[in-house]
Amino acid sequence: MILALEYHRSPARYLAAARLPGRLRPAAVPSLAPLRLSHRQPPGKPGPGWVRLRTVLSGICGSDLAMAAGKVSPYLGPLTSMPFVPGHEVVAELLDDAGDMPAGTRVVIDPVLPCRARGTGPCEPCASGHANRCDHVNAGRISSGLQTGFCADTGGGWSERLVAHTSQLHRVPESLPSERAVLSEPLACAVRSVRRIDVPRGTSIVVVGAGTVGLLTVLALRELTPAGPITVIARHAGQRRRARALGATETIDPSAALRGLRRITGGSLVRPELGPGYLLGGADIVVECTGGEGLDTALRLVRAGGTVLLSGMPSKPTDLTPAWFRELNIVGSYASRGADDFQAAIDLASHDALDGFVDSVYPLTRWRDALSHALSAGRSGSVKIAFAPQNGAGPQNGAAAAALNGDSTDHLDREGAVE
Amino acid sequence: MSRPGLVLEVDERTPPILVHEGEGFRLERFPLGTRVIYPPDSLPGLRDVTGRIRDALLHPLGSEPLPELLHSGMRLTIVFDDLSLPLPPMRAPDVRQRVIEQVLEMAASAGVDDVELIAGNALHRRMTPAEIKHIVGERVFDSFWPDKLRNHDAEDPEDLKSLGQTRHGEDVEINRRAAESDLIVYVNINLVAMNGGAKSVAVGLASYKSLRHHHNVHTLRHSRSFNDPPNSAMHHSYDRMHALLSESVRVFHVECTLNNDQFPSPFEFLNKREWEWTLKDQAKFLAAKRANDVAPAGARHRVWQGMRAPYGVTGVTAGATDVVHERTLAAVHRQQLTEVHGQSDVLMLGLPYLCPYNVNSVMNPILVYSLGLGYYFNMYRNKPLVREGGALIMYHPMKSEFHPLHHPSYIDFYEEVLTQTTDPATIETKFEEQYATDPWYVHLYRNSYAYHGVHPFYMWYWGAHARAHLGDVICVGADRRVAARLGFRAASTLADALEMAGETVGRSPSLTYLHTPPMTLADVR
Repeated sequence: MILALEYHRSPARYLAAARLPGRLRPAAVPSLAPLRLSHRQPPGKPGPGWVRLRTVLSGICGSDLAMAAGKVSPYLGPLTSMPFVPGHEVVAELLDDAGDMPAGTRVVIDPVLPCRARGTGPCEPCASGHANRCDHVNAGRISSGLQTGFCADTGGGWSERLVAHTSQLHRVPESLPSERAVLSEPLACAVRSVRRIDVPRGTSIVVVGAGTVGLLTVLALRELTPAGPITVIARHAGQRRRARALGATETIDPSAALRGLRRITGGSLVRPELGPGYLLGGADIVVECTGGEGLDTALRLVRAGGTVLLSGMPSKPTDLTPAWFRELNIVGSYASRGADDFQAAIDLASHDALDGFVDSVYPLTRWRDALSHALSAGRSGSVKIAFAPQNGAGPQNGAAAAALNGDSTDHLDREGAVE
Repeated sequence: MSRPGLVLEVDERTPPILVHEGEGFRLERFPLGTRVIYPPDSLPGLRDVTGRIRDALLHPLGSEPLPELLHSGMRLTIVFDDLSLPLPPMRAPDVRQRVIEQVLEMAASAGVDDVELIAGNALHRRMTPAEIKHIVGERVFDSFWPDKLRNHDAEDPEDLKSLGQTRHGEDVEINRRAAESDLIVYVNINLVAMNGGAKSVAVGLASYKSLRHHHNVHTLRHSRSFNDPPNSAMHHSYDRMHALLSESVRVFHVECTLNNDQFPSPFEFLNKREWEWTLKDQAKFLAAKRANDVAPAGARHRVWQGMRAPYGVTGVTAGATDVVHERTLAAVHRQQLTEVHGQSDVLMLGLPYLCPYNVNSVMNPILVYSLGLGYYFNMYRNKPLVREGGALIMYHPMKSEFHPLHHPSYIDFYEEVLTQTTDPATIETKFEEQYATDPWYVHLYRNSYAYHGVHPFYMWYWGAHARAHLGDVICVGADRRVAARLGFRAASTLADALEMAGETVGRSPSLTYLHTPPMTLADVR
C-alpha cells in the first residue's frame, strides 16, 4: 500500500471552491477541494515499456491549484480519468531498469502521455514529432489523461509510487539537486513557449505574471533568445526582485501596467468609456503566464500585428476585439515537445538565479498546509512549493530539500494521514 | 488706511488659528510662543478701474502712450496670463478683460487690422473655450475666437521662432506670431512677486528648449527666493532673455495688482484675523466647516473649485517692462509683505485646495509638494522663515488622486520616477528628457488639455531649494503612503508632528506659522 493524494469526482466541492472570493482561497480551498489522502495499491505497469518509480519530489503547479480551486475550463474534463493522483512535476527514482538507466537512477518525467505510451499507432501530430499535440490522449492501453497526474492508471507525483513509460524519462545529472530537478518540467514548458515563436534580436517582450511560469519564461527568453527589453508585470515585491535577477529589464505592478508599458514602449494610451484601457503601440510580444485575467491584459499591451503567447492555462473568457482590430497573432504553447526541450530545461535548472525557488517541501500528510501555502505563494515570497512523499516530517526549507538528492527515506510518519 | 502685516505671538488669550488643509480647514491651537504671520489688511480696490486702465495706457512709464505705438498696417499681438493666475480665479469681469477691451478699442481707432490674442500658457495645459471666455470676456471672445484668439502651442515648430542666445548661452525661442509682431501688449496679473516683468513673454510664450535654461534644479536651488527677484537666479535668466527678445520685438506691458480678498462672501471669514471674527463670522465658520466635513467628496470639490474671488484691483501700470514691474512689485509688497525678525526651528503651513496648476482640476500629490516646498516655502525675502536644517510641518490630506486628462505625465512621474528616487538632480538627469520629448505627452499637450510631459519635473524642481534647506518635512493628516512616496513623514496631529520634529530640532523648538492664504510674503530680518 502507498500513501497518495487523490483527486476525485465531486461536482459540489468543485463548484463550492470555484465560488470562493480570491482572498479566502488560500484558507478555504484545501478544505473544499475534491482531494483526499488515501492508502491504495500502487499503480501497476499498463504494458511493455512501462516502469515503476518512487517519488522524490513533486511540485505543485498552477494548473493543480486551478483544479483544486474549481477554475479549470470544462474543455479539459474529457481528457482526465478519475480518481487520479495529481502531480506532473516529478523527480523520482527508478524501481525497475529502464533501458540504459538502472533501477535507482534519478529521473524527471515528461508528463505528456502520447501514442507511444498508450501503445496506439502514431497519430499525425505524434508522427510529425509533436507528441504534446497527440490526438490519442483518450485512447490506448491507459485511461484518458492529458498527462501523468491527470490519468487514473499512471498515478502521479503526489504519492509514493507511480508508473511511467520509458519514453517519458529523462536522467537527472548527479550534480543537479532534486530541488532544482523538480523545476525541469515547468522549465521545459517555458522552453517550449519561447521556441513556439520567432524572437528576432531586440524584440520587446512583456511577461504578464511572475509566478513559476512567468519567472521561468523570463529565464528561457534571456538564455535561449536574443530578446531585447523584457518587462515583467508582477504583483509582489519578491516576484519583481526574482524577475530582475532572471534577466527582466523592468518590472511593473499590474495596477500601473498600461501606463508603465506605454512609458517603456512608446505609443499612446486609450481609455474607453467602459472597461480597461489599451495601448496604441505596445510590445512586440506579450507572454501570458497567469492563466487568468492576464490574457485580457496581454491583448491590450501588445502592438498591432504583434504576438500574444499563451503560456498559462487559460481559465477565463476574454474580449478578443483587440485580436481582430490589431491583427494579433495568438499562439498557444502546451507542455513540451520532448527530449530537446527537456534537455534544455535540465541545463537551465542549474542556473544560479534559481536558488531558493523551491523553498518549502511538505509531506503528503500536510497537504492542506502545502496547498494553502502554494495558493498564497506570491504574497508570502515563495515560488514553488513541493511534496516529498517519502518524508513524514513537517515542511522543510530549501537546504533540507537539497538533502533529498537521491537519498529519500522510506520511514513515514503517517499519523493522521488517512481521512 | 489698511493695517500693516502682523506677527502674533500665541499666548493664553489667543483663539484657535485657522489652518487650511486641502478642500477643508480647521482651527488649530498652536503651542504658546508660536509666531503667526498675517499679511497686511486687504487694500482698498480702485473705484474707477476703467479710468485707471485708460490713464495707464495713455500715460505709461518709460514708453510713449499706447495710441502712439499703434498704426494702420502693423501687426499687434496681445498676450495675456492664463488661468494659473489669479488664485482663485477672479469674479467676472476679469481685469484682463477690461484691459484687453481698451487696448482693442485704441487699436481699432488707430486702424490696426492685424490683431491676434494669445494666452501665455507656456507648457501649461490649453485652456478650454469657456476658461478663455472667462478671462477675456464674451465680447472679445466672440470677435476673435478661434482664429485670432488661441492658446500658445510650445510644441508647434511652425509657430516658434528662435531669437538667438543670451550671453549665458540660453536659447530664446518664443511664439512666432508674437516674435514677428510690431508690438506685443502683454496683459498680466501679478498675484505674487515671482510673476510678471521679464518673466511674462520670456516664459509665457516660450518652448521647452528655452524654458529648460531656468526651469532646472541648479537655477532653482540658487533662487533664494524666487519671490525675491534680485536674489533669484531664475529671474536673472528671465532678465537676460527679456533683454534679448526686446531687441527683436517691442513689448508694451500692462500689469495689474490685486488686493487680498481671495474668498467670497460665505467664506469671507477666511480673509480675517481670528480674534476679529464677529458672531456672524463664527456662525459662518461653524456652518461651512460642518457642511464641508459632511459633504460628499465630489460636491465639496465642486464648491471649492467653483469659488470666484471678489478681488479689488489695487493698481494698473503700463509701459516699459522694467519700470512697470518695479512699480508692480511695490504694490505687491504693500499688500503682502510682513516683516519678521529671525528664523525659527519649525515652519508650519496650511496648504489650501488650490495651486496654479489645478484650477478646475485635481490637486495631486506632486502639486501638493510644489505648493508646500515650492510656492509657500519661498514666500520670503532675505532668508527662509525656517533655519537651515529645521523642520517643515504642512497640513494637507495628500491623497493619491490625479486628473488623468490634465496631468497624465504626473501619474507616470508618481508611479515610475518617484518609486526610484526623489532626488531632484537624479530625476533631472535620468528622466527629464524622456518625459519632455515623449510623443504621447506632446500629443496630449497639443490636442487635449494636458500639461506638458515635463511639467511634473518643474514642480519637483520648484521644491529643490527647500529640500536642500530643510532637515525634515512632516505632513499632518496626510496619507502615509503618499507622504512616504514624496519623501516625507506623516502625522495624525500637530502634537505628533512636533514630537516627530523633535528628533531634528530638539524638544523646545521655536515655531512659526505662516497664515496664508491670503497671500503673505515674509520679509525675514
